[in-house]
Amino acid sequence: MTVLLSIIAVTLLAISVWQITKIFEISNLGAKKDDSQVASEKDNDLQGKLMFAFLVFIYLVTIYSFVSYTKVLLPESASEHGYTYDTLLIISFIIIFIVQTVTQALLHYFAYKYRGINGRKASFITHNNKLELVWTVIPAIVLFALILYGMTTWSDIMNFDEDEDALVVELYAQQWNWKARYAGDDNVLGDANVRFLNDFDGRNSVGIDASDPNGLDDVVVTQEFHLPVDRKVIFKIRSQDVLHSAYMPHFRAQMNCVPGMITEFSFTPTTTTDDMRLNPDVVAKVNRINKIRYDNSQELIAKGQEPLEPYQFDYLLLCAKICGASHYNMQMKIVVESEKDFNKWLNEQKTFSEIIQ
Amino acid sequence: MSAAVNNNVENHDDHHHHKETFITKWVFSQDHKMIAKQYFVTGVLVMGVIGVLMSLLFRIQLAWPEESFSVFEIFLGDRWAPDGVMNPNIYLALVTIHGTIMVFFVLTAGLSGTFSNLLIPLQIGARDMASGFLNMIAYWLFFISSVIMVASLFVEAGPAAAGWTIYPPLSALPQTQPGSGAGMTLWLVSMAFFIASSLLGSLNYIVTVLNLRTKGMTMFRLPLTIWAFFVTAIIGVISFPVLLSAALLLIMDRSFGTSFFLSDIFVQGEVLHYQGGSPVLFEHLFWFLGHPEVYIVLLPALGITSEIIATNSRKPIFGYRAMVASILAIAFLSTIVWGHHMFVTGMNPFLGSVFTFTTLLIAIPSAVKAFNYIATLWKGNLQLNPAMLFSIGLVSTFITGGLTGIILGDSALDINVHDTYFVVAHFHLVMGISALYGLFAGVYHWFPKLYGRMMNKTLGYVHFWITAIGAYGIFFPMHFIGMAGVPRRYYTNTAFPYFDDLADINVLITVFALITGLAQLIFLYNFIHSMYFGKKAEKNPWKSNTMEWTAPVEHIHGNWPGKIPEVYRWAYDYSKPGKKEDFVPQTTPIAKGEKITEH
Repeated sequence: MTVLLSIIAVTLLAISVWQITKIFEISNLGAKKDDSQVASEKDNDLQGKLMFAFLVFIYLVTIYSFVSYTKVLLPESASEHGYTYDTLLIISFIIIFIVQTVTQALLHYFAYKYRGINGRKASFITHNNKLELVWTVIPAIVLFALILYGMTTWSDIMNFDEDEDALVVELYAQQWNWKARYAGDDNVLGDANVRFLNDFDGRNSVGIDASDPNGLDDVVVTQEFHLPVDRKVIFKIRSQDVLHSAYMPHFRAQMNCVPGMITEFSFTPTTTTDDMRLNPDVVAKVNRINKIRYDNSQELIAKGQEPLEPYQFDYLLLCAKICGASHYNMQMKIVVESEKDFNKWLNEQKTFSEIIQ
Repeated sequence: MSAAVNNNVENHDDHHHHKETFITKWVFSQDHKMIAKQYFVTGVLVMGVIGVLMSLLFRIQLAWPEESFSVFEIFLGDRWAPDGVMNPNIYLALVTIHGTIMVFFVLTAGLSGTFSNLLIPLQIGARDMASGFLNMIAYWLFFISSVIMVASLFVEAGPAAAGWTIYPPLSALPQTQPGSGAGMTLWLVSMAFFIASSLLGSLNYIVTVLNLRTKGMTMFRLPLTIWAFFVTAIIGVISFPVLLSAALLLIMDRSFGTSFFLSDIFVQGEVLHYQGGSPVLFEHLFWFLGHPEVYIVLLPALGITSEIIATNSRKPIFGYRAMVASILAIAFLSTIVWGHHMFVTGMNPFLGSVFTFTTLLIAIPSAVKAFNYIATLWKGNLQLNPAMLFSIGLVSTFITGGLTGIILGDSALDINVHDTYFVVAHFHLVMGISALYGLFAGVYHWFPKLYGRMMNKTLGYVHFWITAIGAYGIFFPMHFIGMAGVPRRYYTNTAFPYFDDLADINVLITVFALITGLAQLIFLYNFIHSMYFGKKAEKNPWKSNTMEWTAPVEHIHGNWPGKIPEVYRWAYDYSKPGKKEDFVPQTTPIAKGEKITEH
């Protein structure tokens, strides 16, 4: 079947190329047949007009993409610094659009307007210092403003204090899953190293040093981890084998996981999972996804297979750094909830000392 | 002026004492024009086809994940596509080798190798490269490198699959993925040959430009093509050795038990002995080449475009000195911005600020170049042949792709788009497509110089328009997939129901990719057909000012029969007032009472 389809596709393509070639040839009929690559006046005329049409095409692609793809983008940020991030992003995009619209218009319009006519001489203009100064200085000013804004945002995000009441969470990466470790009542993570991974018949899943008393009350979880809303979280990030990257797009957060090194990131979640599920953009997205999943399920059922489960929104931790075969499926669910629910959930988990007994 | 050396005419006569055999003419040729063709055939026609084909295979997988395709079985075999379903390891290998081939083999060796070799001697008025022998060695090292890279596709455990950036520990430990065994060894050996080739080539280009310019060809009379090739060669000489050192250290870690890049690693139930190294060190070494590499790819394309836009606008290039200055500024800045690939690697946040600063500075010379191209078109008399269309297309994709750089270069904004499809869309437009357009423009423009014949115009137009629409069709929607949070190098997005509503966009992109990929067959056909059956070229078909068009159409040893012409003016006296024709070749003496153009 696929062979047939691909043959048909190739044939159709060949035919369309042939047809387009024909059109070009017919449009050239009046001129004396010269296919030697030097553009005739007729060529210039047609290609110049096509250049203008291409400008329209670029604008249409832009408009179409924004109209139909804006809805697939990430919903508003669920972390405190994320609002600053989104503002800076929008400002950058506005600048990009203004520059893109104007420069593409000039480029393609000139290509159309000045398309060659036999016997006309171009203007002899070699340079214009004033003009060149203008288009050097204006981008420079805009960029300096952007750099200043960007650098302040960056240092606000990256230079966080290790204050007392911040929650410390370790993200632990390996091929191909995530684990999270909570610091327990003392809020201090016990020392850890991959050398301890084989202790206690492999039950020491993130390699905690059992001789460090800080580690005994630590809690290790898999599959999902929870965060209390409106409390600052400091992530200490480790990897046991290759590079991974802890990517939490809804919180505008990403940091690589480097074996032999502890990297850090911090944010304050502002929206619980339940609240995010009520966000109109998220509701719309979930409905769209479920419609697709329903349609796909019908096909599966027709083939006698299990249908897909309906989708419910959850925050995600993904791996963004190539790490081997199952890189595409290295995920962990993040649940943001009230401090009370969070404490209740955490107390239900086993501590390290309970696990190794 | 004093630096311009008149070539030794007697030396040229020496050549004729040797009798040319088939081997010295076609295989071990020391003639720069033949070497240029060899680079083109190996780098673009062979490696390019392999690289593009790979991208089509993984695009099919991304659009219709885990479905069975007989085309997979044909190309990947039973081992990597049992029942026609692609294996995740080979997916990563395809992505890796596609990147490696396109960046290094096609857009570095294929582009610079072809056009630096063809144009440097011809446009500066030299008999050949400074060392024809080294030039030949450079090509053959590149050839060996290509053979090894292609051979690596056939090893038992599969080719390298750690991404074209081959970050350790993934690339260092065969336990972490099958491609990091013999496949990675061959990758590293191939790249070592490649770097050696690139260094010999670059040194030759630099020496030739500095020493072998004909009488009157001062540095500020050089066409912008030569400036671009010259500066590209300098960047290459500065940065490629650093990649070589990274590759050598990685070989040590892989085979001799050192710990340059590895520390505290636990794989398959075993604690490895590595202690004290850091993968971040590798990232620094890699990107110290990796970022300048972007400009090694792009600057020659921009140089080619400058020449073609000026010639076909029948107008001097706008702001010649500003163009030279921006090439130099880009070259300088390119060596101090590598850290913007590493904002979220755990590097000190202060360094992030520094690299944001230097990175966004690079936008200024880039903007100057774009504005100067547009100003060159203004009030011109545009000859819209296929080469010119590709050049204008380059300016368009250079702007579209370059602008998103102000998001990725800004450390704060990079956090959430780092390693997503947003990056893929950005760099494919700004360096991939732009450099390819430069390559195509160059081929259409200098085909008469390469083969003494003209390519077919109509096929050229069709090739351009399908490619132009396809390039935007592929990469414009891709930005949105990235902004939606999809990381790159995912074998499929189906593991995340959250990405289900992006499946349509992926199908759309793949359809555009297939059409655009197949459209390149038009170019291949046009190229090969015109080689043998194209209309015979005139000496100066584009009415261009540069020196290569004063040389005879037939290729001869030493380029010019008799004395090398002298140069009296810059390369851009197009439509000069008071002249009958709308071009004045560089070799035309200044007429009585004519004012030398100030530029």
